[in-house]
Amino acid sequence: MVSTSNLATSRNKKQAGSTGSIEQLLAAKEIVIHCGSGGVGKTTTAAAAAAMAAVHHGGKVLVLTVDPARRLANALGLEAFGNVETQVPPAAFAEAGVEPRGELWVAMLDTKQSWDDLVHRHAPDPATRDAILANPLYKNITGRFVQSHDYIAMERLYEIHASGTYDLIVVDTPPTRNAIDFLEAPERMADFFSSRLLRWLTVPARSRVLSLASKPFYLVADRILGSKFLEDIAEFFLLFQTMYDGFVDRAEAVTRTLADKRTTFVVVSTLESAPVREAEFFIDALEERGLHLGAVVLNKVLPTWFLDKGATGAAKALCARADQLAAELPPKLGPPDQVARVLREVGESFLNFQVVAKREAEIRVELSAAPEVIASVPYFARDITDLAGLLELGQQIWR
Amino acid sequence: MPVDLLNRKLLFVTGKGGVGKTTIAASLALLAAQHGQRTLVGEIDAKGNLADFFEIGPTSFKEREVSPGLFAMSMDTEESLKEYLRLQLKIPMVARMGPLARTFDFVANAAPGVKEILTIGKFLWEVRQRSYDLVVVDAVATGHITGQLAAPQAIQELVQVGLVRDQTGWMLDILGDPAQTGVVIVAAPEEMPVNETLELVDKLAAETVVDLAAVVANRVLPELFSRGEEAVFDKLNATANEQVLSKAVGGPVRPILDGAQLAVTLRRTRSVHLARLREELPEGTPLLYVPYLFQRSHGARATHQVAAHLAEELGF
Repeated sequence: MVSTSNLATSRNKKQAGSTGSIEQLLAAKEIVIHCGSGGVGKTTTAAAAAAMAAVHHGGKVLVLTVDPARRLANALGLEAFGNVETQVPPAAFAEAGVEPRGELWVAMLDTKQSWDDLVHRHAPDPATRDAILANPLYKNITGRFVQSHDYIAMERLYEIHASGTYDLIVVDTPPTRNAIDFLEAPERMADFFSSRLLRWLTVPARSRVLSLASKPFYLVADRILGSKFLEDIAEFFLLFQTMYDGFVDRAEAVTRTLADKRTTFVVVSTLESAPVREAEFFIDALEERGLHLGAVVLNKVLPTWFLDKGATGAAKALCARADQLAAELPPKLGPPDQVARVLREVGESFLNFQVVAKREAEIRVELSAAPEVIASVPYFARDITDLAGLLELGQQIWR
Repeated sequence: MPVDLLNRKLLFVTGKGGVGKTTIAASLALLAAQHGQRTLVGEIDAKGNLADFFEIGPTSFKEREVSPGLFAMSMDTEESLKEYLRLQLKIPMVARMGPLARTFDFVANAAPGVKEILTIGKFLWEVRQRSYDLVVVDAVATGHITGQLAAPQAIQELVQVGLVRDQTGWMLDILGDPAQTGVVIVAAPEEMPVNETLELVDKLAAETVVDLAAVVANRVLPELFSRGEEAVFDKLNATANEQVLSKAVGGPVRPILDGAQLAVTLRRTRSVHLARLREELPEGTPLLYVPYLFQRSHGARATHQVAAHLAEELGF
């Protein structure tokens, strides 16, 4: 299911200045953006990497997440956190038995709040600002149009970076329909504000009808949505357009930040076929856009000892000769028939997991043709509930 | 008395990313088709994964029969708009318009709810036309599904007149009828997927008219040992016994014991989340279990295996 043929060539060459490890990558960059398909552990990986950087590199490290995971907040020793950056209490580190060289801060992306902040910043005057915020379409539209969530994530990132408050910002990206949506969001936002469509929408209604009534798209839009709704939308965008310059400037600045040498991308994936395919797609998308791929992190990877060849034979023997073996083992283990069942179960289970481990190993080989750094996080049997757990995960990818 | 899952007309299958949403959607559709129902399965996400689950080439807006009685398609809102206009306006406008793209961008991006309604509208239309016995939608993930299912209400609130508004009535009738429409939430027995499932259950009830049809707990690990057997395993796991055993089988047993320990721990951690899911779901919600498959890939083989497990769970 996984095709890598088109990637192999583009990935064989190592870029100059290869960083070699996640540790070096995090030491050298200012913005590290974690991306990958949903459910692969982006948020946890990003938090773990940031925590490691705060402990070992020092400075002020921020992890900016889109996932309102209560568990992550708790793991960081916080009740909750929001749009405003919050410092992870030193007590949480003390509990984990480490003394960090730097500080760890955390913030969550609140799309609605961030949009409101943007309006506050770019609106030409209080009256326009209030009119926009009170507009019934505002909430709906900010929630939906032009992948506003993606845009906001990148815009917030830019804002925080430009504020000069942090040495390192580790971001986890919103789950998108398409992994590259958020890369294009700033440009798309700028395009949208410059578009003929918006200009058409915001010319006075009467002249719009006169000049464009014969245009098919007007006819269609009118038939589908009705003129009244078009008027509502036009009114809203008329207000919105007052923020045009601010928005376009900003969107361009955000785009520049993403392409900056101080920014890098970490692609996170499990070794299942669908996330891997998305990861490969993403790796290509980064290259196409000239953006820096710093590392690939493979999460929830089965331990390599499942591939132990000697153990394969042993597991088969356990299954095949369970009764005989049970009779040979010390009797204090339990009733022989029960021992035999355990031996069979243990052997079967090993061989079952081995099938999956072999598949994963194969995919891993295909994937590792590419990037500078490839790191694996083993399957954590237990949930991560505290900073110690996060750091333990971080340790796995660090060097 | 809950409606039998596959006797509904329209199922939206959702779940947190990575839990196996498409697997379950594909398998439910396959199962229905195997039982003689003319079935359409459609994917909404443009990822194009659905085709892999049936080992077919890329799916498109125009449905195609992938096995007897089973049709697959993928959503394309621009195509949906075209079809809609052709069916509703009954004028050759589409032909005159040439590329619809610019209009479409406007309609879809600037007007809230329109893209959503074009998406679910297509499936609702198929139900209304009775073109299929069952339509299974591989829908968007938990975070976005309510927006999609609530689109008809949003349109009713925002749009006063026009074609789209006129269509919301019958759509809501079908969406809100539990005998016809239901949501299937897929969860993996892990913390975040369970959280999102329970949150979505509340949100569906609060913000949409759609009934919760079932929850599928996917990738449930097998229980290795009974209580007594676990005590035996713990003794086996001790170094002395490990060495005896390694010698007896002529190979290292340590990785095997570690593997079993990992399986036991994983199962135990996950059973906590599974228990919470079971307890906190509204009473009477069907909860279907699909075991973790130790398999090579996620192709047609897996789809058939999961369909067989679902059949068992549904009492076929």
